[in-house]
Amino acid sequence: MMYNEEFETLPRQALEALQLKRLQTTVARVYACVPFYRQAFDRAGVSPDSVKSLADLQRLPFTLKQDMRDSYPYGLFAAPMDDIVRIHASSGTTGKPTVVGYTRKDIETWSELMARSFAAAGVHKGDIIHNSYGYGLFTGGLGAHYGAERLGASVIPMSGGNTKKQIMIMKDFGSTVLTCTPSYSLFMAEAAREEGIDFRSLKLHVGIFGAEPWSEAMRAEIEDKLNICAIDIYGLSEIMGPGVAIECREAKKGLHIWEDHFIPEIIDPETGAALPEGERGELVITTITKEGIPLIRYRTRDITSLTFEPCACGRTHARLSRMTGRSDDMLIIRGVNVFPSQIESILMGIEGVEPHYLLIVDRKENLDTLEVQVEVDERLFSDEVKILQALSHQIEKEIKDLLGVTCKVRLVEPQTIARSEGKAKRVIDNRLLS
Amino acid sequence: MKVEQISIFIENKSGRLAEVTRILGEAGVNIRALSLADTSDFGILRLIVNDREKAKQVLKEQGFTVSKTEVVAVEVPDRPGGLSQILQALDRDGINVEYMYAFVERCGENAVIIFRFDETEKAIATLSNNGFTVLEGERLYAM
Repeated sequence: MMYNEEFETLPRQALEALQLKRLQTTVARVYACVPFYRQAFDRAGVSPDSVKSLADLQRLPFTLKQDMRDSYPYGLFAAPMDDIVRIHASSGTTGKPTVVGYTRKDIETWSELMARSFAAAGVHKGDIIHNSYGYGLFTGGLGAHYGAERLGASVIPMSGGNTKKQIMIMKDFGSTVLTCTPSYSLFMAEAAREEGIDFRSLKLHVGIFGAEPWSEAMRAEIEDKLNICAIDIYGLSEIMGPGVAIECREAKKGLHIWEDHFIPEIIDPETGAALPEGERGELVITTITKEGIPLIRYRTRDITSLTFEPCACGRTHARLSRMTGRSDDMLIIRGVNVFPSQIESILMGIEGVEPHYLLIVDRKENLDTLEVQVEVDERLFSDEVKILQALSHQIEKEIKDLLGVTCKVRLVEPQTIARSEGKAKRVIDNRLLS
Repeated sequence: MKVEQISIFIENKSGRLAEVTRILGEAGVNIRALSLADTSDFGILRLIVNDREKAKQVLKEQGFTVSKTEVVAVEVPDRPGGLSQILQALDRDGINVEYMYAFVERCGENAVIIFRFDETEKAIATLSNNGFTVLEGERLYAM
């Protein structure tokens, strides 16, 4: 089902013409209203008149997360405070958060794109959406909430935390749709099992999971344990919030990015050069309808690839492949680039391994070391030492073969790796401390 | 003719073994025999107890990974060469011993050894054919 069939299936030529018109308007707006962009454009020797085709986008300078921090809190706003009706901020793990402002029209757009996303995931009017994304400065909760109301579904504004209550409400209220981080869905299923409640018996039919990278293997695990269809959603507060891109239920093969509002590019994160269709690199997004804080060529740090191939669902909007991590999540271990999600894929390919793992990176005598902690549950356990040691060696070998990095696998007791109610903590990098 | 052993995964860090024995003690479970296999990272504690179901239940409740394994308890003449005779009989039939450990109590004049074999049924046949006494589980748990 489509929420806005006309725009979601717009022929490429018409879509690109619309993008160019909207890009030109946006570029003119930021040049006129945001001193940061006027200076950046002048330095790069470009002006709004330089954008005559979509290809000219590549002549424009990038916007970095650091630029947003430097403009804290309102420096990049392109609308006067009188027109700003909502302010959100991203969780700044280091230093100040990045702040975004929305005009009334921005909230309308966001609601529509989130409603389109719900519809693409197979959510209808009449569905009961159990929204466990956090409400507050984080965009997840309110973003999904407004989209759900726009679609006409019923929304339960749960927010995160208090897992026991979440499970009780999901069961008693007959929730049919779950929105949260993928790791929290498994955390809830585990907590429910301990309470004697089988998630498979609930009325849920679809889960919309985002805000952290996850793997196909984890999707299979969630679909099995929760007996639902698990859909990948993408968004970031700098660009809008959740609903920038989503998988369609028909194909579940890549996330459609709403191109009538955003222009995606893939670049080499080292050189900044544009990469051809299908190659993995850093996702760069330009917003072309935002008023509050339009961003030109924002470097998301997320690693993905882009395809314009037609999709089975009929939508004409390009698709992003599953995010394999953030370029700043990337670990460099003895010179080898490693994403935690790659290790997760390997672990979950091994029969009986749960998606609870922890990577501990350290430096001993000037040499990086990687320890992978894996929980031993009943499916993995054996009364014979040699079988458990063979398991450790198998994981070590697969990581070495596929990623080219030597690691040590440590088998740990179940429940010893901290479960997270929000984003899962997968990495402890002790090198940063010394 | 088989005996049920419970095996517990424990990390190689201080206090874990004490924790397991405390949990079993508080649940009134009596340990009849035990063996600990250890590596640098983890250990596998193997126990014969008087109440397997209770032991498994209380340990699982406390978050331990527990499994059940079938092992064989054999009476061994308590004199020089007693164990050797048994092992020779097994070797002649090509049966591998994965691990073994001694039972705390004696059975009359004999010691009792717990064996984990790669081929349990074949091992029991070999032992019986060679005149050794294989003990019933129920008799052992109550000893």
